[in-house]
Parts: sequence; structure tokens; C-alpha cells
Amino acid sequence: MFPVIVGQIGLLLVVWFALQISAAVCVYCERKWAAYLQQRVGPTRVGYAGLLQPLADIVKLMFKENLRPKGADPFLFYLAPVISATACFAAFAVVPFGGETTLFGLLDAPMRLQVADVNVAVLVVFAIASMGIYGIVLAGWSSNSKYSLLGGLRASAQMISYELSYALSLVGVIILANSMSLADIVEKQSHVWYIVLQPLGFLIYLTAGIAETNRAPFDFPEAEQELVAGYHTEYSSMPFALFFLAEYVNMVTVSAVATSLFLGGWLLPGINTGGWGWMVFLAKVFVLLFLYIWIRWTLPRYRYDQLMAFGWKFLLPAAVINLLVTAAAVLYLGV
Amino acid sequence: MTLFYLFAAIAVLASLLVVAQHNPVYSVMLLIASFGALSGLYVLLDAPFVAVIQIIVYAGAIMVLFLFVVMLLNAPREDTDYDIRVHPLFRRGPLWFGAALAVCLAAELAWALGATRMRSGFPAAQMVSVETLGHRLFTDYAFQFEVTSVLILVAMIGAVIMARHDEPGGKQ
Repeated sequence: MFPVIVGQIGLLLVVWFALQISAAVCVYCERKWAAYLQQRVGPTRVGYAGLLQPLADIVKLMFKENLRPKGADPFLFYLAPVISATACFAAFAVVPFGGETTLFGLLDAPMRLQVADVNVAVLVVFAIASMGIYGIVLAGWSSNSKYSLLGGLRASAQMISYELSYALSLVGVIILANSMSLADIVEKQSHVWYIVLQPLGFLIYLTAGIAETNRAPFDFPEAEQELVAGYHTEYSSMPFALFFLAEYVNMVTVSAVATSLFLGGWLLPGINTGGWGWMVFLAKVFVLLFLYIWIRWTLPRYRYDQLMAFGWKFLLPAAVINLLVTAAAVLYLGV
Repeated sequence: MTLFYLFAAIAVLASLLVVAQHNPVYSVMLLIASFGALSGLYVLLDAPFVAVIQIIVYAGAIMVLFLFVVMLLNAPREDTDYDIRVHPLFRRGPLWFGAALAVCLAAELAWALGATRMRSGFPAAQMVSVETLGHRLFTDYAFQFEVTSVLILVAMIGAVIMARHDEPGGKQ
């Protein structure tokens, strides 16, 4: 029927739009669940049960006036949100969300549901995530505002502290799977999910992931009570919307990578998911997103020195011990 | 080869612009662009692992630290005794020193080109997989690897000692 390249281009567009929609869904879920957790009802006016609220928000943001503070660096001020938004979308490119399929016979040859299959996919996710930080840091610096600058400084210090544990928590999985390709790692989990073999690794990944996406209880770069809105204090209209989008797409990407690495991706043990693997994948990502939102609205924010002490004195040693134990187990038991 | 010239041009141009900036934050950003182009060259050399590590370690971690320091000092302009209207590259000191370095570089390049035969295309890389890389690193290059580790350890201890404030009679 159609050559595979048509499928690839179609897939690219579908992923692009799906990620944007996922951000809107996340915003709606966040507001609704936060409301229920606080015994409110949340948005109810726009559409049935407030379902059109994200759309109304987007329209509002589009028509707001775009302000730039006096003395802000004009080039970097507008480059920063673009870096943030680009990085969060680019990281998803290497995440596989389904097995090989011909899309119900529409394609000549089977195609994997993954935008780009790279043999060092796990590292690519890190490389792009580490680029995303520049958006926040530059936004903080170029705004020419003390709140923004403090937010940017906090973000860079936090990133450096948590990136180490974030990366080390994954090395255990890489050792077990003997591969760095996310598709390979998922296929190795057809019998046992790695969350069973790497429970500590999963917890470290989740904790460091919250710090990486700057969400409560680790949302220091934008701590409202101290910094107004942190690095995006001076942003309005669409540049602000890009930061907002980046935050939610980052959440989706971190959850999707966690699903691939620890929760068996599109596979269910003992059940042949067939062409519906991507639904299984979506369900798992949704559960993780719920966990994220649940944590945000349940736990209060740490103090900054507590965050640093936790990252360096607890999380990093735990990640190193996890790595040593995993390596020793693979070496001597041949798991 | 088109891609090679593209990445090489970006790397050279960005590196030149790094030293031509008044504002250190722009210098840091251009250095990141230069590292990105270098990483593209590694991909062309069939070494995706090295390319990604280049981004993670240099562009991701080390440059964040650079930017952190630049922001913390909050130096919007370089402190200088020179006439601010003269571009930094055209001041007397940098001009002479740069000229001397350029002559050295040109001589070295000429020597290197004379010593090695020009080959067409790229040499076949033997570092494709992470496994090969790790194996070579811990067998053939084990000594160099260990020496580097010791060097980094020494630097770490030095940094800790320099950063520590000894309070007289204070608690350890």
C-alpha cells in the first residue's frame, strides 16, 4: 500500500500533536485532581465538566499582550522559551511506544512505533534533557529581574545535583538489559518488569525526575511564595505558554521513559497485546502522571538546603549502592 | 562530506565568535553551539556514543557550571582597562599574542599535513559500540585511564581544601 517513509512522517506528526494535546490534558487533570484533593470542584464552566478549560486558557494566552521588561536582553529573552519547548519535544523522539506494526495492513513493511531508533537512546534522552535546562537558566538571566535570576540560579544548581542520581539510577537497567536502545530494553521485559528487579532504581529515577521537571516538592526555580514565579516571572503571552507547555511535555516524557525502562513499555507479561500495545503504554504513562500530580498536591515544598542535602547525601549514595549491587549480581549470578 | 563542512564551519565560526563577544553569557552560548557541532562531527565518524557523551558532559554539565558562575558574578560586561570602543580582538595584547599563537598553529598544521598522507573520506571507526569502547578503555588504555582518574581525584581534593573555611577552634 504505502511505503514505510509515509508511515514515518505520519508518525512524526501524530507524536507532535499528541504531545501538545497531552500537555492540555495534563493541565486539565492537574486542575481537576488538585481541586478534588483540596475538596473543591475545579473548572466546571467551560464545556462539559470544564473539559474545554485548557482551550480557553490557550486562547487567553494567545491574545494577551507580550511584554518585555526594560533592560532585558531581547535575543536571549525570546530564545529561552524556544530552547525549553524544543528540548522537551525532541527528547520524546527516541521513546518507543509500540511494537512493530503495519498499521492494519496500510504499510508495505512493518514499522516500529518510534520516531527514531537510536542505539544510544537512553543517553540521547539525557543529552536533550540537559539542554532543556538552558531555557530556564537563560530566562532567569535575560529577564533582568532579581526573582528570575534567583530562579535560574536555583534551577542550574538543582539540575547539577540531581542529574547524577538520575543518570546512575538508569545504569542498573542498562546493565540488566545489556543495551542502551529503549526498544531493546522494553523487549527484554517481556517476562519480568525491571521495577521488580530494580525497585530502588525506580524510586531514585522517580524522585530525581520530579527534581528535573521542577515540580513540587522540588519546585524551587518557581517557588511562588519566595520568588513570585521564579524564572518565568517576567514572561507573558505565548513565551509564557511555551514554558508552561515545556513543563507538562517534560512530565510526559519523564513518565514515558520511566514506562519504557521500568514498567515494560507496551508489553504486559503473559498477554499478547498485539496492535493495542500503544494503549497499554498510554495507560502506564497515565498512571505515572497521576502519581506526579498526586505527589505535587500532597507534599509540601522542602527547604533549599534540605533539597541539596537530600540529593548529595542520600540519593547519590543510594544510586551508587544500587549500581554496585546490580553489577555484582549480574557478574556473579548471571541474572 | 557536505555535512562535514557544515559542522566544521559551525564549529570554527562559533569558536571564533566566542572570543569576539563583549557579553560572557553569549560566549557561553556560542561555546555550546561549537560543542554541538563537534558532536555532529563525532556522529559522522561513526561514534554516536562519544557524540552523546560530548553533549551530556561538555555542553550539558560543564557549560551549566560556566553559566552558573557567569550569572552568579553577574558580569554583564568584561572588566577592562582598555578602551571599550575597541573590539576585544583588536586590542594590542590579544592581537600580538593571538598572532603568535596563529603562527604556531599554522606551522603545526603544515607539519601534520606533511607527515600524514591525505586520505579520502573518513577512516573506519572501531569504536562503534559501547562494548568495544569500554573493553579498549579498560585493557589497552587502562594505564592512561587510571592516571586520569588519579588526576581528577587530586583536583577534587584540592577544590575541597580550597573551598573549606577552617574555623579557628570550631567544630569539625
